[in-house]
Amino acid sequence: MAKSIDVSNLDIYYGDFKAVEDVSMTIRARSVTAFIGPSGCGKSTFLRSLNRMHEVIPGARVEGKVVVEGQDLYGDQVDPVEVRRQIGMVFQRPNPFPTMSIYENVLAGNRLNAKKMKKSEADDIVERSLKGANLWNEVKDRLGKPGMGLSGGQQQRLCIARAIAVEPQVLLMDEPCSALDPISTSAIEDLIHELKSDYTIVIVTHNMQQAARVSDETGFFNLKAAGQPGHLVEFNSTQKMFANPDNESTEAYISGRFG
Amino acid sequence: MTSTQDRVAAAPASIPLTRPQLPSWAPLLVAVVAVAAAALPGLLLGWGLAPMVLIAVVIFVVALPTWSSAVEGSRKAQDRLAAALVWAGFGLAMIPLGTLMWQVISNGVPVLSAEFFTYSMRNVVGEGGGIYHAIIGTVIVTACAALISVPIGVMAGVYLIEYGAGSRIARVVTFLVDVMTGIPSIVAGLFAYALFVLFFGPGVRMGIGGAVALSVLMIPIVVRSTEEMLKLVPDELREASYALGVPKWRTITKVVLPTAMAGIVTGVTLAVARVAGETAPLLIIAGDTDSVNFNAFAERMATLPVYIYYSYMQPGIPPEFGQERAWGAALVLIAIVMALNILARFISRYFAPKTGR
Repeated sequence: MAKSIDVSNLDIYYGDFKAVEDVSMTIRARSVTAFIGPSGCGKSTFLRSLNRMHEVIPGARVEGKVVVEGQDLYGDQVDPVEVRRQIGMVFQRPNPFPTMSIYENVLAGNRLNAKKMKKSEADDIVERSLKGANLWNEVKDRLGKPGMGLSGGQQQRLCIARAIAVEPQVLLMDEPCSALDPISTSAIEDLIHELKSDYTIVIVTHNMQQAARVSDETGFFNLKAAGQPGHLVEFNSTQKMFANPDNESTEAYISGRFG
Repeated sequence: MTSTQDRVAAAPASIPLTRPQLPSWAPLLVAVVAVAAAALPGLLLGWGLAPMVLIAVVIFVVALPTWSSAVEGSRKAQDRLAAALVWAGFGLAMIPLGTLMWQVISNGVPVLSAEFFTYSMRNVVGEGGGIYHAIIGTVIVTACAALISVPIGVMAGVYLIEYGAGSRIARVVTFLVDVMTGIPSIVAGLFAYALFVLFFGPGVRMGIGGAVALSVLMIPIVVRSTEEMLKLVPDELREASYALGVPKWRTITKVVLPTAMAGIVTGVTLAVARVAGETAPLLIIAGDTDSVNFNAFAERMATLPVYIYYSYMQPGIPPEFGQERAWGAALVLIAIVMALNILARFISRYFAPKTGR
């Protein structure tokens, strides 16, 4: 069910400010693609433009093409709500719905879209999603308890379970581990490895070791100067990026000489 | 070796961590002394209660910081002075509340009886009768006001935060809501009266007219509290919902409003409590009657505040029975408002997002 994404000549604006300039890349299906780069270089903005989440911010707009399975996400007839059903997202800070139990949180995507389902079907989805997010064993005895009562790492895995419960084609992750401790981080990295077989995963991270550990391909974003739009410097297989990058500034960033 | 040990032993003394302190019973002692010092001349010279209390407070506010500055130093003395002044201010603020409650309870409790709650004033002259009709009227009028203003107010709040944020029309609406908050209640009553005269001719009296007048007062409160509560809902929750492919209106009804529900319901309950005691608009448009009236759309309807007003102003002959009933009704009204406030607390606790394990 996973799909690839073709991005060509994408510019992203916030009002008059051009935040990201001229990005073109192909994100392969059933692989993990990581974006690295200094803060403010537009990697999160670019990630959000892949499922039209940046539109939540007033004044944000996009020029260029993002094509998934032959359809341009920014075509005239495209409904952003449908896009987001196909392309799920996990955020930097865990954000389970505070009014809902663990069980309801996992089902939120289905329930909020008013999908009618039988109890057994719902139970199946909850179990499958929580197992998929490596959380089932920890919470199976307290599914009725509030989602906010879990630890930070568990909450983040709950959010991943919630995202995969609607069975999207693509899963976007915006620094999913930056608020977590190393053990939770490693749990989520293992999870990303497992999810790779079913989903196309795009992850933004500040942690270069993490990019090297989890991703198949890596994109390096950078700013030409402060106030200038961010752009894609290099996009290559992770192995090549970390061993022998084509671009000098990539090597400088990865080896820690700047950024 | 010895030098190191000396240094370790000497270290605590070189960093002073202890200071002289007044014993914990010092404020109590000073208070007792102050009361005694004020009461002794007071009783001998036959002062009233108020001057004695005033003198006792002054003695306390002067004596405790002085003693403290002698023993503990100026920082602690300032702290004790500020604490004493804050407590004195608190006590001063409680005086009106305390005396009001005392007045109403002492005058109202003797009137309360089964008859008082179950009889109207129909054909009652002098002793007897009750406030059944007024309680029914207050409940109906306030419930209708809530029915009108809660949907309008909540929807206006949702518009202001979720749809109109930052737009010109939202700013205008916010400004108008602020203006509406300041509308005198008598003006709201005149507005409702003028509105109903247009349809039913002069001299119209209806319970629903009172409800309209009260909702003019209630809507701005509901809009304000809804707005404030929706602002507190983190944007991350909205984004999480959008990212699951949930449309905006479902995000608002299923995620944003439930998260803010505790605050909104509390705000609504407090608004109801606030308008339940309004007199002036009901005086104009709902009128007063001695009989029970269950129909908000016809005839006059008695309400507790208006009942209190007329019972006290026109107590009948002999006057004491009417005045007694006014006190009893005042007590019942205060009890209803207080019950609504307590209810608001329970509701907010019930709806609050749960974080327990």
